[in-house]
Amino acid sequence: MSERNSDALPISIRGVTKTYAGMHALDAVDLEVRSGEFLTLLGPSGSGKTTLLMVLAGFTRPDRGSLRFGDREVIRTPPHQRDLGMVFQSYALFPHMCVADNVGYPLKIRGMPKAEMAERIEAALDTVQLGGFGERGISQLSGGQRQRVALARAIVFEPRILLMDEPLSALDKKLRDRMQIELRHLHDKLGMTTVYVTHDQREALTMSDRIAVIDHGRLMQLGTPEEIYDRPANRFVADFIGESAFLPATVSNGRVHCAGQPLATRDAPPDAEQLLVMLRPERLRLLGSAAASGSAGDVQINRFPAEVEDLVYQGDSFLLYARLDDGTSLSVRDVVRRGTLDDLPKVGERITLGLHAGDTVVVADREGPA
Amino acid sequence: MRNWLARPASETQISHGQRLWLYLLSGLIMIWLVAPTLIVVPMSFSDSQYLEFPPENWSLRWYEHYLGSDEWMSATATSLSAAFLTMLLATPLGVLAAYGLHAARLPAGRLVFALLITPMMVPLILIAIGAFYVYVKLQILYTLAGVVLAHTLLALPLVLIVTAAGLKTYDMSQEMAARSLGASRARAFLTVTLPQIRFSVITAALLAFLTSFDEVVVAMFISGGDNSTLTRNMFNALRDQIDPTIASISTIMILITSGLMVLAQVFGKEKEPS
Amino acid sequence: MNAVAPTPAAGEVDNSAGLRRDQLRERLALFGLCSPALLIVLVILVIPVGWLFYVSFLGADGSFSLENYARMVERKSYLRIFETTFVVSLTTTAICIFIGYPFAYFLSQLPRRVANLCLITVLLPFWTSLLVRTYAWLVLLQKRGLINDWAIDLGLWDEPLKFVHNMTGTLIGMVHIMLPFLVLPLYSSMSSIDRNLLKAAANLGASPSRAFWTTFFPLSLPGLFAGSLIVFVLCLGFFVTPAVLGGGKVIMVSMKIASNIELFVNWGAASALGVVLLVMTVAILWVAARFLKLEQLGGGH
Repeated sequence: MSERNSDALPISIRGVTKTYAGMHALDAVDLEVRSGEFLTLLGPSGSGKTTLLMVLAGFTRPDRGSLRFGDREVIRTPPHQRDLGMVFQSYALFPHMCVADNVGYPLKIRGMPKAEMAERIEAALDTVQLGGFGERGISQLSGGQRQRVALARAIVFEPRILLMDEPLSALDKKLRDRMQIELRHLHDKLGMTTVYVTHDQREALTMSDRIAVIDHGRLMQLGTPEEIYDRPANRFVADFIGESAFLPATVSNGRVHCAGQPLATRDAPPDAEQLLVMLRPERLRLLGSAAASGSAGDVQINRFPAEVEDLVYQGDSFLLYARLDDGTSLSVRDVVRRGTLDDLPKVGERITLGLHAGDTVVVADREGPA
Repeated sequence: MRNWLARPASETQISHGQRLWLYLLSGLIMIWLVAPTLIVVPMSFSDSQYLEFPPENWSLRWYEHYLGSDEWMSATATSLSAAFLTMLLATPLGVLAAYGLHAARLPAGRLVFALLITPMMVPLILIAIGAFYVYVKLQILYTLAGVVLAHTLLALPLVLIVTAAGLKTYDMSQEMAARSLGASRARAFLTVTLPQIRFSVITAALLAFLTSFDEVVVAMFISGGDNSTLTRNMFNALRDQIDPTIASISTIMILITSGLMVLAQVFGKEKEPS
Repeated sequence: MNAVAPTPAAGEVDNSAGLRRDQLRERLALFGLCSPALLIVLVILVIPVGWLFYVSFLGADGSFSLENYARMVERKSYLRIFETTFVVSLTTTAICIFIGYPFAYFLSQLPRRVANLCLITVLLPFWTSLLVRTYAWLVLLQKRGLINDWAIDLGLWDEPLKFVHNMTGTLIGMVHIMLPFLVLPLYSSMSSIDRNLLKAAANLGASPSRAFWTTFFPLSLPGLFAGSLIVFVLCLGFFVTPAVLGGGKVIMVSMKIASNIELFVNWGAASALGVVLLVMTVAILWVAARFLKLEQLGGGH
């Protein structure tokens, strides 16, 4: 395969709107995809992420907006002239052609001479680790192999933009985890701009340079995986990524207060009327009696008294369900260590949960983007 | 035998013995359905003026009469040409219409579909006299083109329905994939979609052929003179007197029909997806 | 600090007019694929039938008149033709149901492969030319035909009985032609009935016949209705078989229309008859469509 493609194109999406029967599938979406980056469109089903991908591909015509690949306006260009590679959720391989003919299809359309075609096909198959599979029929392939053929077919003509619509959703977990890493490596090697659609947040967090969280046709937040996870811009993102419990909070005298207590937070609170404190299960700690009583010097730990409701053993970790005094239910997750198993509190016990200031994140309580 | 009679035949635990009347009745019905058609075949080889079964003397005289008659041969040529041309015209028109409606996916599409199906709903005699009137005006009465056009009208609904059914089970994302790879809509249709629905298209083509070849009523009015169809001549012969030649023609027609049915089955088996 | 994407600058291109034009063009192109077929239907079906409507309201002198329709109600011969048509259609449909239902039931109870083999006995006549089948019956039923010859040889009767050129022959022929039209949709409907329902009925203590009447039969009714309707509507407009086997004694509407044109060139009479036939056909199909839709709405339990 050719060396790293340094001509990857940036994508500029401006004001793209699409309505179906009075409902906004896409609502004035603005998004800049950097050249060569791996950007994931993440959201629940019906959020509009696939619609946006289809707009990029040219299969869905928006009501208005602008779409540029590099400096070329493409919103009115038909799909077959957009020169991008696409991998579909169902792979959409052509069953009446063998693997080589499938992969060679775009090359044939571009009028490539046979000898060069054969070389490119074999190189593409090698890249996806299916070297020598050219003569096989599609029906003889496993799910994972079909997925790779679809990938080879999409990259064989060296497109500068690659679109992928939940390509791993049909695979079993182990294969999926492995393919996530392989896809990422492939992207790094080939260097094209990749837009990836998924509803699986773990997948998004694993593979992406940046994530665009989408809901109800609107862009909720655009940022790196760390930004999305640790500094959600609004309630939706905070709720959608990871599992959290939320406590209402207010600002007074420049400090965040929750349930009457002042809180030590990592950042300055966001500028909003209503605030929420995000309690992530894996960040909460079970405090031993000494730490629970709270030595004066340790102002970095926020304390929450609670009562144990349930304890679930999950093999590599455990989940502890607790209820705060104000009635909020939350969960705490930690790994199982030899000593900890016996030390775990019993149902009905009163405990204190601790959250380090560095892990205490306050989020604006608004439904949409600012 | 006793055992089989006592064994349960269905989920309701009714036994085969209790159902014997049903099996006998159905057997009789099946014989009754097939027998008349099949009896014509050996009768056509009978030597006498009155068809007998089984033939007392076997002979090919009625076949010779058929093959030797200019009138019958001309009619056969007309029918075969008309059927073939109808197949060539109705199949692309119907397939394209089915594809267009399927791809557009508009509410108005249902209306267009219903309109294209109307030749199946309107009584044939009406179509016949209507076409007769129009053809007189257009001066294409008793021409091959006229017959082909009218038969295409009758075949279109069948082609449309069969193709539409085939498209329903087809995964359109394949066409989208082809287009994303650089194929225009037309090219994607020809290289990806059409090969996948070929079974439906072939079946539709065969149905179009048969529809035209067997058609009687419309042909009665709009075919004639040099371009009289086989069916028209046969019908007129039946009304006047029993010409045993018809038995030989019928046998040939049965063979053609069965042959085409077998063809359809052969192509059907190929398509079995794993 | 992360941020939501920046708001667009004022004056950004929005392309909405161009996009709308593209949408329209694409839709027209796709509809355009239907246009040759639509053209044929228009020229050879819609326009002629429309013209027939128009002609039916013209009197012998060329002015607007209802005399063609009046004739149908006044003349005894016309009334008889309508009566005959209805009688033949209803009788044929009834006989088809009587024979066809058990037969379809039998087919639905067979294992798939055997059923497909038996279906050939239905499909073979179905695809054999109408004319050939009608001719076959003519040969079988005529005075010196097979049935009479064998029966006389076997001593069943002495003089040849008249089976053709009357109602009997017509009905035998019509039923033979129409039976597949009933059996095929009925069989299709029956094979999709969930066997587990019958099993449940049996488990709950129902005898086989009771299980059949309370469970199977109601579920097969939509298919039966559809098939019967198809048969009835086809019989109404049928021409070939009654013309050949009825021998001029059994006159149906379609035959009268044909003779009006062929013999009398009376377009007024023919078109009026045609309009009535068409209206009846459409009305019945429309009622059927409504009824079936209601069935589907009511749910199949």
